Amino acid sequence: MKILVAVKRVIDYNVQVRVKEDGTGVVTDNVKMSTNPPDDNAVEEAVKIKESGKAKEIVAITIGEEKAQETVRKALAVGADRGIHVKVDGVVEPLAVSKILQKIVDKEKPDLVFMGKQAIDDDCNQTGQMLAALLSWPQATFASKINVKDSSLEVTREVDEGLETIEVNIPAIVTCDLRLNEPRYASLPNIMKAKKKPLEQINASDLGVDTKARIEQIKVEEPPKRKAGIKVANVTELVQKLKNEAKVI
Amino acid sequence: MSVLLIAEHNNKELRPFTYNAVSAASKIDEDLHILVLGNKSEEVAKSASEIPNVKKVIHIDNEIYENFIAENYTSAIIKHADAYSHIVCSANTFGKNLMPRIAALLDTSQVSDIIKVISADTFLRPIYAGNAFATVKSNDKKKCITIRPTSFEPAPASGGSAEIVKSEAGEAFKNSKFVKREEIKSDRPELGTARIVISGGRGMQNSENFKLISAIADKLNAAIGASRAAVDAGYITNDHQVGQTGKVVVPDLYIAVGISGAIQHLAGMKESKIIVAINKDGEAPIFSVADYGLEADLFEALPQFLEELNKLNTIQK
Repeated sequence: MKILVAVKRVIDYNVQVRVKEDGTGVVTDNVKMSTNPPDDNAVEEAVKIKESGKAKEIVAITIGEEKAQETVRKALAVGADRGIHVKVDGVVEPLAVSKILQKIVDKEKPDLVFMGKQAIDDDCNQTGQMLAALLSWPQATFASKINVKDSSLEVTREVDEGLETIEVNIPAIVTCDLRLNEPRYASLPNIMKAKKKPLEQINASDLGVDTKARIEQIKVEEPPKRKAGIKVANVTELVQKLKNEAKVI
Repeated sequence: MSVLLIAEHNNKELRPFTYNAVSAASKIDEDLHILVLGNKSEEVAKSASEIPNVKKVIHIDNEIYENFIAENYTSAIIKHADAYSHIVCSANTFGKNLMPRIAALLDTSQVSDIIKVISADTFLRPIYAGNAFATVKSNDKKKCITIRPTSFEPAPASGGSAEIVKSEAGEAFKNSKFVKREEIKSDRPELGTARIVISGGRGMQNSENFKLISAIADKLNAAIGASRAAVDAGYITNDHQVGQTGKVVVPDLYIAVGISGAIQHLAGMKESKIIVAINKDGEAPIFSVADYGLEADLFEALPQFLEELNKLNTIQK
């Protein structure tokens, strides 16, 4: 079995994001970038499946500017076998990302495609479902547990009401929740080894996918600020404030 | 222009967020239709027809829609898509799972999780866990949109009498199968729509200690929330998680107990009307969004809090 894992480079989840003064976006200069957190879970799950003997090869793919390669190198350092970097500058919407991934799936013919359920930059939560639609494959979204069977996956999904279990036939798309597993850290020797693993670079334009944005970003602004609150001395004061000042209890 | 809203329901009744989505959808255009896909779901179609803003209900009843498999829903929705300028649903796990599958087949770039309708093609949506708001304009002919339900008031449930039109099921998708659902039943209000929410974090230390939270929730008729840390640690089940990748809540009162206030948690609760933080670390980021902060050991503060509440005789239900 072959697993394709898609990873995205985003502003690190610990960074307090700041909006640019001109309203064109958020500050990315000199800001720490990392792999989108649930994409790390997707890589980890693929590696675990390979370690269990149920997968032979893991291909990690990223789509983005030159530096996006770092995310593929990181995937290679924790166990992916080879990498693909589809080079494209600027914002690529999930629809275009899924079209690019479709082209790569046509070429690589993986049995499974894994990725995070949502990117923490645009918070779109679309790519996996869109790719599944374009390929007419089943989609197992928000996965917190995956059980690999002979020709199918049993996937536990995190839904608003609790947990749901579905069975999807392979080939399938899985989008991963943060609770799926605990991503491992890359050891230094493995980081060195990863530098020698093959990483193919492809220009998005050569794939014949139109990556032009369909959604115009008119402006980006700071959300309204909450007015500063107060500290109360004790529980009695808290309850009095909630009752008499805020009038919420 | 007409808008098609995909109803979320359990084959017996509409899920509450459908009413919030109706409000948002009718701000896009007044010609709002609801599509009910279900199994033995006549009651749901009837409820949808009673919402005053709704002009027409399309009802498709078939056993393949019993369990809301997105792959099955999609083929039926695509058959009706031609007649509409906008296809919308709630941005909860139901809509997040479904809408991109529709959008991709319509070759539309979806606008996710809108919090305001500016015009029929322009919307406000949070990005970066709500640390920035983006105004975006969709240039696609047909628009696929998911709506953050808590940003819109629910539409009234009765007073309307829209016509109900029956329609044929789409093709069944053979490669996905529902196995089971583990729903957590509770007599408490739903987290997403509760007037008061009390949440516990890593500071609760174990699941047993969440009893301190439930006692107060019972008293206040509040829903119980949790930080991701508390869910990851197994103190409480995932359906309680509030945050960027959990639920977004906007109650009148949000009480955060033993929650430090990571960016990802704040994303799910910082629009609440009044925020209370109880934490023994006075430097915890949660205090920066709290209207009332109490720097205290929660194991002392929570029992006192309950005692004080018991003294009040005018608790609103």
